[in-house]
Amino acid sequence: MDEDGGEGAVPAKPRPRASVVGVLGEVLVTCGVLVFLFLGWQVWLNDLIVGADQNRAGTALGEGWDKTPPSRQHATAPATTPSATPSVSPSPGLATDFGEPVVGSAPRDTVKFAVLYVPRFGADYARSISEGVETAEVLDRNGIGHYPDTQMPGQVGNFAIAAHRTTHGAPFKPLANLQVGDKIYVRTPDGYYTYSFRGLEYVRPTGVGVLSPVPQFAGAETTDRILTMTSCNPEFSAAERIIAYAALESWQPTSAGAPAAISAAVTAKS
Amino acid sequence: MYAALWRLMPGPLWLRVLLLAFLFTAVLAGLVLFVFPWLDTFVNTNEVTVGT
Repeated sequence: MDEDGGEGAVPAKPRPRASVVGVLGEVLVTCGVLVFLFLGWQVWLNDLIVGADQNRAGTALGEGWDKTPPSRQHATAPATTPSATPSVSPSPGLATDFGEPVVGSAPRDTVKFAVLYVPRFGADYARSISEGVETAEVLDRNGIGHYPDTQMPGQVGNFAIAAHRTTHGAPFKPLANLQVGDKIYVRTPDGYYTYSFRGLEYVRPTGVGVLSPVPQFAGAETTDRILTMTSCNPEFSAAERIIAYAALESWQPTSAGAPAAISAAVTAKS
Repeated sequence: MYAALWRLMPGPLWLRVLLLAFLFTAVLAGLVLFVFPWLDTFVNTNEVTVGT
């Protein structure tokens, strides 16, 4: 700038006119900056914001079940019962075997019906599981989705869920960090289902065999209760899918309280 | 383009800098709150489900 501030001095020479090339250059540089801003927003900033939102929602969903008596009703059905038992009662005795897991019925599409706790993903990790795997309605917004034609938590067969590994809160970002034996907790209004991580598998996007009651063995009879988690692989790509398998280890009803390993996440205030 | 913007702004230097900072923040907020989420619906490179 060749103008002196404050004095209103007359420019010594006429201002050079802005050239077409100059303006074009500025526009292009601006576009480049915008692209990088968008990338930063998509893979980092939005992830942090949406991830924290999803975690809060997951925690709140679980806490709502603590306040209302356990029932076979679905999570997001309006709370009609005016909270008879305010908190979980201490477990009667030291029973650790609660028999056959209670299996809830499948909820309506996009309804949040369970919460996933994975200590390996973080001490306060709590993300809701919704029915359906639609990209816009479930995966981009709510986080984790349940494949509609697969079984429910605790049921004999395969409870299969999917979530983003990058962007939109990325609930399955650390999926590849799981170690054999890591506990994965699924909570429904009925209780807590403790799964133990078994292993990873990598398949093509068309590899629907991972959703079978016995993964990769369509039609096989089973008595096992499997949890299958699917996400994209490699990260930031849609070329393959990463699959994580876990097997049901134990079950306890809501009245028995939360497993000690996730009691912090279950009651986390955020 | 940006030189013209600078010339169009009124007041002394400190006011122009303040205005520019305000304008920059407003544009950034508009991008993050409205433009980027809208753009994101067209950029879907992260399919996470198996299916045919």
